[in-house]
Amino acid sequence: MPATQSRVNDFVLKIATVNGTGSASANGLLLKALFRMGVPVTGKNLFPSNIQGLPTWYEIRANKDGYMSRTGRVDVMVAMNAQTYEKDMNEVSPGGFLVYDSTWPRRDVLARDDITVLGVPLAKLCNENFDVARLRILMKNVAYVGVLAALLNLDVDVIRKLLQESFAHKPQLVDSNLKAIMLGYDYAKQHFTCPLPVHAETMGDNSNNILITGNEAAGLGFVFAGATVGAWYPITPSTSLMDAFSGYCEQFRVDPETGDKRFCIIQAEDELAAAGIILGANWAGARAFTPTSGPGISLMSEFIGFAYYAEIPSVFIDVQRVGPSTGMPTRTQQCDVMMCAFASHGDTRHPLLFPANPKECFEMAITAFDLADRLQTPVFILSDLDIGMNDWMVPELTWDENYRPDRGKVLGPDDLAKMDRFIRYLDSDGDGITYRTLPGEDPKGAYFTRGSGHNRYGAYTEDSDAYQDVLDRLLVKWQTAKSLVPDAVLSRAMQPTKLGIVAYGSSDGAVIEARDRLAERGIHADYLRIRALPFTHEVEDFLHAHDTIFVVEQNRDAQMRSLLTLESADTANRLVPILHYNGMPIPSECIVSGISAYQEAAA
Amino acid sequence: MTFIPKPQIDLPGQHENDLGLSLRDYEGSLSTLCAGCGHDSITAALVQALWEMSIRPEMLIKMSGIGCSSKTPAYFVHGAHGFNSVHGRMPSVATGASAANRDLICIGISGDGDSLSIGFGQFGHVIRRNVNMLYLIENNGVYGLTKGQFSASADAGSTAKNGTVNQMQNINTVATAISMGVSFVGRAFSGDREQLVPLLKAAIAHPGCAVLDIISPCVTFNNHEGSTKSYAYTREHKKQATETDLVPPRAEIKASYYAGDTHPVRLHDGSTILLKKADPDYDPTRRNNALAYLERHRRRGQIVTGLLFIDQNVPDMHIQSRTVATPLKDLDYRDLNPGSAALEALQRGMK
Ligand SMILES: Cc1ncc(C[n+]2csc(CCOP(=O)(O)OP(=O)(O)O)c2C)c(N)n1
Ligand code: SF4
Ligand SMILES: [Mg+2]
Repeated sequence: MPATQSRVNDFVLKIATVNGTGSASANGLLLKALFRMGVPVTGKNLFPSNIQGLPTWYEIRANKDGYMSRTGRVDVMVAMNAQTYEKDMNEVSPGGFLVYDSTWPRRDVLARDDITVLGVPLAKLCNENFDVARLRILMKNVAYVGVLAALLNLDVDVIRKLLQESFAHKPQLVDSNLKAIMLGYDYAKQHFTCPLPVHAETMGDNSNNILITGNEAAGLGFVFAGATVGAWYPITPSTSLMDAFSGYCEQFRVDPETGDKRFCIIQAEDELAAAGIILGANWAGARAFTPTSGPGISLMSEFIGFAYYAEIPSVFIDVQRVGPSTGMPTRTQQCDVMMCAFASHGDTRHPLLFPANPKECFEMAITAFDLADRLQTPVFILSDLDIGMNDWMVPELTWDENYRPDRGKVLGPDDLAKMDRFIRYLDSDGDGITYRTLPGEDPKGAYFTRGSGHNRYGAYTEDSDAYQDVLDRLLVKWQTAKSLVPDAVLSRAMQPTKLGIVAYGSSDGAVIEARDRLAERGIHADYLRIRALPFTHEVEDFLHAHDTIFVVEQNRDAQMRSLLTLESADTANRLVPILHYNGMPIPSECIVSGISAYQEAAA
Repeated sequence: MTFIPKPQIDLPGQHENDLGLSLRDYEGSLSTLCAGCGHDSITAALVQALWEMSIRPEMLIKMSGIGCSSKTPAYFVHGAHGFNSVHGRMPSVATGASAANRDLICIGISGDGDSLSIGFGQFGHVIRRNVNMLYLIENNGVYGLTKGQFSASADAGSTAKNGTVNQMQNINTVATAISMGVSFVGRAFSGDREQLVPLLKAAIAHPGCAVLDIISPCVTFNNHEGSTKSYAYTREHKKQATETDLVPPRAEIKASYYAGDTHPVRLHDGSTILLKKADPDYDPTRRNNALAYLERHRRRGQIVTGLLFIDQNVPDMHIQSRTVATPLKDLDYRDLNPGSAALEALQRGMK
């Protein structure tokens, strides 16, 4: 563990509390205070699959260079949970600090002489200063914000302003919260040397950035994409996505006079039904999506294959969690890549999008619908718990007023009037994409949608050639998809190199930091961030242009690497997996050590 | 002047309905089911009902799951979109289509296997949501398409073609639907077109999820002695509890309709379902009464038919969700997208 030294705007603060004690708002306050001071920050929740009473942690990384990923370090630990005290203390990096509630004596055995332990009688302070029992408990968590404000040099004016904003409707809460904060603040100032060697200072300007979770951003993206039907079955970590979509719809899509809603959200009886609902809705001409996680995709698979073969646009967002099976629902992985790429029986393959952060969740929500409508096929956005449920700092989301949804090849009555006959699965443009019609418009456009063997007319068939004709055309469509999906992002090393790194999704932050650290050690690597399947041509070019390519991913079986070898078999022996799959977001250290070790062994 | 009335030649396809369409316009492709299959009679009754109601073909959607019964949407109204989905999941697809376009007239066709086994969950939930549709179960007591295994609607004690006796209790579609809060449920027999056509019309007009359990004998696997879903058994044990007719909006209701114990049920679109009770102690507007009646006759070995329960005031899915009157699929994108100014304002709270 690297030792904690004197550092400004470069530290990790971790807060250990108990689930359901209202610490979330205190932690949010700390995150936002740093953000307002212009310091780049991220906040990660480590929470149990439980509603109340189990340990939960919140980890804030403040980093002046803008590194966002997890580090293995904890500079300041706030140990509010007696249950995990020992574990939490052991996690503090040498030279670091541990703040605990000294209302009750600490057992001597729990000692470390390489860290500084700071006791604050938080419960006692609150008991002496608040009358109501409930307030005493809640304010204990607020009081540690005050202690940290003193220790970490947080701007108290900023904190006061934040409180005024969030309790604008209940001013009396501002006073009680501020009182608790000052109790902690004053105590720390009186008893400790403030600030600590690791602390914050007002720096740049975050006014063009926002703090947002990926699920909020994706929910918002679906509103902007013009989705009107959402169907879902609750599952961690995707639930907050539908909460966000629903909240934004209520905000932006309800007629103020009549109360009429320009959306329909259906909480389905299970994921099979959720998939069926969005297929029906997209087929009938709305834009419909379903948010879910791995177990949900497993259940939806039969419908996904149906949508592939019957060519029904549909958008699935999989906020991945740890598998297999129920796995660890509140931990993160990138473990559903293979499953989503080929979901369902028979020859199927599906476009996938890999957002790396909430901003891309927002953007890809829109891209996914344009792709689904254009390609008439299911499209998957593969987010994960780290992106979806953690607080990320990203550049402000922007919107192009000229954007109009690409609804793809849909024929209306006017188009049909000019045609002799409508043929649903006829590839008249040679791109593998055929024309569709919507029910409710014109009997001339009527066709029969089926998952059973069909010919280009949509009629049932058991004729070998007619069946194969359709199946082969679907491959042409896959080729077309390559020119439509978002391209990969290439970052060149400072100097020419034959080393490459391929990564995707939430591993991006760790790769960015790792590349800088590796460069310091003289290891230079180009970096290609894959953003979609099917792979765009840059992917193949990148693989061929490098001798060794490290494929970084958060699963055990190197799933993306497998997809790459399917696409580009001749480069398989150059692809070196760098894997992290314990459920925690990938730290940069994993990549640095993995690549360094490989290079040493190769040398 | 002649005093002998001119004979009426009732050739199908010659008459025109209010839209100027003939029966032929309500037909589909040729059925590939076994000759004599009950499902084909139901298709024919649907053609008749839809024609009589002057349903615009393009406004109809025909949804189904998998099974012989689920193939039938291909056999009527070729001018309507059809969706032959996956086994047991028709209700969810119908729900989605109806969510996207509330103006569509949705007919879902399912089998007893499709709805009572693999799709039992979706069957229940589409009822709870009260999606505005006609939900037909073409009930033959077996899985026809997979060659005659017992389905969950097979009666205890009935036998399979090879003599195997079914030991398990059956799932009673009608009673189950009532207990799940269905807003309209009836039972009919594919062999009784007189009763079926008006019942179909009433069910289509009903503003909610109308479930019809239609005994539809499988001539190939379940029409033998020992079967309780055969033509002979059904004819012999059928007991009609109500007679139904649908009077379209604006049509005059003649006083003669009220002969006997007839009740009008007025629907929101102005049409009226006329309900004539064949049995005076039956009250299809009260759940308890309906359930007790069903159970009483079940014990006597009778198959109760007719419109068995109706509550036309249960709010449908769109009323529950307060969706706008315009179909969601027709909303202008500008009314859906909050725009850049709203996005900017929203993000002030994220800083
Ligand atoms: C997931 C799945 N499992 C099994 C089947 C095989 N299967 C096709 S139809 C059917 C039963 C249909 O029975 P029913 O709904 O009663 O229709 P019927 O043929 O009797 O009209 C089964 C089991 C399937 N199509 N899909
Ligand atoms: S097998 Fe039975 S249900 Fe299927 S078509 Fe033949 S008669 Fe009808
Ligand atoms: Mg059956």
